[in-house]
Amino acid sequence: MRRSFPLRTTLLLSGACLLVASMLGVSAAQELTVPASVTAGDETAISTTGSGAATFYLLGPSVSRRNEVSLGQEIHLQARELQNAGDYMAILCSGTCRSASFYVNAAKPASVTFLVHPSRVPTGQSDAVSGVAFPFDQFHNLVLVPKTINFQLTTGNSSVFSQPAHTRDGVAWFRTASGKAAGMLQVVASLDDLSAKRAVQQVASDPCNLRIQGQRTANGIVVETEPVHDCAGNPVPDGTIVTFTATDASGKDTVDAPIKKGIAKAQMDAPGAVVVSAASGVVMGNEVRIGAH
Amino acid sequence: MKIALPLILVAVTIGLMVVAFVGPGHARGTVGIAAGSALSGLTPKSDTPGQALDNLLVDVQRRNWDRAFATLSKTSGSDEQSFIQDWIGSSGSLRSFSNLEGFDPRPLHITNDEAQMRVRLHFSTPVGPIEDVRDIHLVREGDVWKAVWPKFQAPTVPAEVIPVNYLRWDLVTGTADDQWGSKNVDGPRVRIISMNPVDSAEGAVVMGEVVNEDTIPAFVNVNATLVDGAGNPLDDESSFDKIDHILLPKQVTPYRIDFPGFSLKDVKNVRMDVKAALVPASADPVIGVMNQKLDADAQGKNILHGDLFNESGQTVNIPHVIASFYDGNGKVVWVADGYVDRALLPQSSEHFAVEVPRSLAGQIHNFHVVVNQYSLGRS
Repeated sequence: MRRSFPLRTTLLLSGACLLVASMLGVSAAQELTVPASVTAGDETAISTTGSGAATFYLLGPSVSRRNEVSLGQEIHLQARELQNAGDYMAILCSGTCRSASFYVNAAKPASVTFLVHPSRVPTGQSDAVSGVAFPFDQFHNLVLVPKTINFQLTTGNSSVFSQPAHTRDGVAWFRTASGKAAGMLQVVASLDDLSAKRAVQQVASDPCNLRIQGQRTANGIVVETEPVHDCAGNPVPDGTIVTFTATDASGKDTVDAPIKKGIAKAQMDAPGAVVVSAASGVVMGNEVRIGAH
Repeated sequence: MKIALPLILVAVTIGLMVVAFVGPGHARGTVGIAAGSALSGLTPKSDTPGQALDNLLVDVQRRNWDRAFATLSKTSGSDEQSFIQDWIGSSGSLRSFSNLEGFDPRPLHITNDEAQMRVRLHFSTPVGPIEDVRDIHLVREGDVWKAVWPKFQAPTVPAEVIPVNYLRWDLVTGTADDQWGSKNVDGPRVRIISMNPVDSAEGAVVMGEVVNEDTIPAFVNVNATLVDGAGNPLDDESSFDKIDHILLPKQVTPYRIDFPGFSLKDVKNVRMDVKAALVPASADPVIGVMNQKLDADAQGKNILHGDLFNESGQTVNIPHVIASFYDGNGKVVWVADGYVDRALLPQSSEHFAVEVPRSLAGQIHNFHVVVNQYSLGRS
């Protein structure tokens, strides 16, 4: 009975023999030397040894190139071929093939991308404002080399927060409390001569000490708040709703009145003696009693 | 025999047509289509109060205003124009878009010469069916009964100038540059401040309140998902129109989410999700809710009623009332809503009423009413 090798085993043995043969052949035919470090956007060269013609391949994050070269001469890589940071592979084939890889680093920072959250924050909140900055080079490669970014928060002309932060894996960040005063908070991230500015609107927090007063008029009663402020003394923005509730023996009147020019005001029928209260969101105000007409 | 069958068919057809014309008005009309005149002479004689009321309401249903007005008693204080306006509304109100679908009359009190009838009117409207109850007085004039129709007093608004410190929020899209992170404006911060799932006769109900904690207006919608013991979603519903969608800063709205046909005994968990988007909005009009009172009406139903007062200078075409009811611990035990079918003219009032389930009447210690409003030509 005659026994033969299976087809798969035959192919594997054949491939292994060819690989060994090609490696022996390459080592004898050509050498390929790539630069140790390359910066994005810089020209560089790959040196070769040997003689005769060969085919050169360059594979990278955004490049794929093939051209004929002469062994023994340098292969020039142009700046535009190396604009994207990352791993590149150079392959040189002349009968057999030889390959080498090199890494292209990001160039020096050319811009800082800066995200700040939130765009609007109530005053006096801890850990309420955060920002994250990413340095990029002119080719939009994230700069992974550690850099120092200065975060500065200012309101008006006064600085409320300043902190240098080192980038780690291309990212630097901060987190801080919101200020006490309502208004625009300027947030700047600067790296050397680069900077990015963002604005956070600091708004009044919940109303504090909501107080109302009322009086009877010919048409019923008129109730109004005193100027509405938060606990830090910032005026609560116009348009904020204050709910007035007048309760008497016959029923209840309610009016959702917006604050206008710092004061919310409502008119109600309420012919009898009433107790009027006010609330804004989940904040309650005082009660006033107004006698019957 | 050849002509017998066609004759029978013709006779049956004519018979059905007669029944259709002279029959009582319990049959529903077609929504949005004003029917024409009935054939004269085919309307049953109004020899009873019930028949007189039927005849009147059938004519109203068919928008046969001349005939309907002609059946009214001469002692009525109404003129035809105000009678028509009473039925079809004005100023773009919900009644203007409604159609009388049917009616259920029942006698309250009848003597030889006078009768008091209560009729439950069923209207179809763009926001769903709406019921109205009216008590109608009828008198006997000769051998026929006629309804006494009081003159409809449409609110009149005097010519005046109402100063408004117009408060409005507009949205501006930044155009400075396209850099990443430079044009973001955060959405409004809203929060669910209470949530209470209950079983009702129609199914499970999830209700509570939402507050806009921000300093800008928010368009709010609340969604809820019922989850069973295995973690599988049973149903997913939204608050739809049982919420005041546009919340101004620090405004609170009730919400109610219905899950028809579901029972809480099958539910292990309820997932809540409140979505808020930044929208342009106006702080006007301001609508006061006056004379709110929880009472039992003539039919024994528990009703929260009151008056809406438009404090602004703009007409509110369709007012919508949403009320939350609290128990002694301040927990929301029910949320009810109702549309007002009359337009709310500037500086004028309209009555509203929302029904409270009989089973909850004893639990209710307090309530809060918010008014949602739809105005033609404005967002």
